[in-house]
Amino acid sequence: MISILPERLSQNPRLAWVVFAALGLLLAVLPFLVDAGMGRTWVRILDFAMLYVMLALGLNIVVGFAGLLDLGYVAFYAVGAYFYAILASPQFGIHLPFWALLPMGAGVACLFGILLGAPTLRLRGDYLAIVTLGFGEIIRIFLNNLNAPLNITNGPQGINMIDPVRIAGHSLTRPIEILGVKLSGAHGHYFLFLVLTLLVIFIALRLQHSRIGRAWAAIREDEVAAEAMGINTRNLKLLAFAMGATFGGLGGGLFAAFQGFVSPESFGLMESIMILCMVVLGGMGHIPGVILGAILVTVLPELLRYIGPLQQELIGRVAVDPADLRMLLFGLALVAMMLFRPQGLWPSRVRARELRPDNPDEVRQEQESLYDRER
Amino acid sequence: MDVLLQQLLNGLILGSLYAMVALGYTMVYGILELINFAHGEIVMLGAMVAVSLLTLLVGAGVPVPLALFLALGAAVAVCMLTGILVERVAYRPLRNAPRLAPLITAIGVSIVLQNLAMIFWGRQYLSFPPVQEVQVYDWMGATVTNVQLIIVGVAALTMGGLLLLVNRTRLGRAMRATAQNREVAGLMGVDVNRVIAVTFAVGSALAAVAGLLIAAYYGIAHYNMGFTLGLKAFSAAVLGGIGNIPGALLGGLLLGVIESLGAGYIGDLTGGFLGSHYQDIFAFFVLILVLVFRPSGLLGERVGERA
Repeated sequence: MISILPERLSQNPRLAWVVFAALGLLLAVLPFLVDAGMGRTWVRILDFAMLYVMLALGLNIVVGFAGLLDLGYVAFYAVGAYFYAILASPQFGIHLPFWALLPMGAGVACLFGILLGAPTLRLRGDYLAIVTLGFGEIIRIFLNNLNAPLNITNGPQGINMIDPVRIAGHSLTRPIEILGVKLSGAHGHYFLFLVLTLLVIFIALRLQHSRIGRAWAAIREDEVAAEAMGINTRNLKLLAFAMGATFGGLGGGLFAAFQGFVSPESFGLMESIMILCMVVLGGMGHIPGVILGAILVTVLPELLRYIGPLQQELIGRVAVDPADLRMLLFGLALVAMMLFRPQGLWPSRVRARELRPDNPDEVRQEQESLYDRER
Repeated sequence: MDVLLQQLLNGLILGSLYAMVALGYTMVYGILELINFAHGEIVMLGAMVAVSLLTLLVGAGVPVPLALFLALGAAVAVCMLTGILVERVAYRPLRNAPRLAPLITAIGVSIVLQNLAMIFWGRQYLSFPPVQEVQVYDWMGATVTNVQLIIVGVAALTMGGLLLLVNRTRLGRAMRATAQNREVAGLMGVDVNRVIAVTFAVGSALAAVAGLLIAAYYGIAHYNMGFTLGLKAFSAAVLGGIGNIPGALLGGLLLGVIESLGAGYIGDLTGGFLGSHYQDIFAFFVLILVLVFRPSGLLGERVGERA
């Protein structure tokens, strides 16, 4: 875990532990502070932020580590969500336990990832982008239309009354009192998501510094050279893609159980773009950066709500619906980041140098190796 | 038999529209090896500008041919400017960046255009004003309308014009040279930046015409129409062989026919389990199949197996 800290901290273990302890304490009391200061809605926003941190870290494996553009990430999220929704709701009267379905849903999403990645990953990266884009759309079309003649997904209405998460027989949506502390459903989910997020961060960190992680970095930086070094590029790219899909499926299951309701509307292209935006904004390939990006992208749009009343005050009417501005800003952010700060707001040292080298020699070298021209 | 013929006819009409959009993808890809995700949104922009202006002009009593001409002209102008602007702002600075960077800006630009259109025109569908009385002709049991015939005619003329431009003019030769090898073309005195900008402009002008025709074909325009359309047109371009202009024509027509036949027969084939509302998935399956079995497309000669 220490490696996520800046260099100065990781060289000083004692200081590092102090920082960790302070961070842990802050995370433990955060929902109570937020609840007291800003209300229950913001605790739910925190829950969502956590969910998106998990999703963004999953996408970061594909985009950040391996350098593959996945524009249909949300399709895997949808697969995970609907897998749980169908097998744990009154839709078919099946109520399998959450803890069994969650890994299974992730597994199904992984399978879809392999099926989709296997044919496209032999080809150039652009094809993956467009195929994933198409796949996202296909999944949505199926979710929308698989309600007749056999009603599987309940079409555009979505599936309702999905079973909540149960921990030791207790439904997480109900308030509970532990050791004299009263926890609402939003608080309960906060702690569940916190534990899972930490787990995902741990996995991502271990992956990054493993042999596989180094191989991904090599592929990202120069695929031909990586292959010459004996890396099986196709399998490793497939592994990255499937792993991203797995995390997506995991997030989907959590989303379905947390929300209690899924409909195709939650899984549009814009959702994929939003998660991509988190990764790009924070810093592709840098785990703390991606976490920051996910939190920013989840929390900042909530502030857009205040733009409506602000317009009212300034020009006397609501000229632009704040909700409409959200995606526009994400699109602009993607373009602006790539043009002016491709390494992200909080980049890793290596990646910063790769995407924006300081000295001219490095620039030339990077252009020669990274600008993969066909010959 | 007449059902089959009808589906084939519909497919060819739709396909001619896909072909026009696919040309825009293939031209940019041929020169920059970049998937211009924003191209579908340019088509949308053309359709929205043309339809809203046409409605306005016809409502104001301007004679129909003049109104059509003005609306088309405005759409072409807006799209060309947007295309050039997008290239200048979002792609040119990243020409030597890692491949991921322009892909991300491309998707960003596409989101920006879509949302600007939504803010400007709102979420409602714009309907194409009834400028031409629809006449239905019977032909061997299949029907075709005069509007459809006009659409195909205009599409054929425009694409013929493009082929002439690319194959017969000095500019076209410069474009082909740039596509083959940018550096060497530059050494031969081709102003590469200008040629690339012109390519975007020409592709966007085609997109504007296609936008108007598509809006006429479906009778509506919507801020959200560009995305699926772009995806399909890209699939058509890959089917024909991306970067290859005749390939885009062939791919577009074929995809239209496949989609039309597929939507017509999917119900029978799956015993009624899947219906015609799955029409949009065929393009995607075509794309996957082409990528698996013939990544170079039908007419393409080579495609990078390497990243």
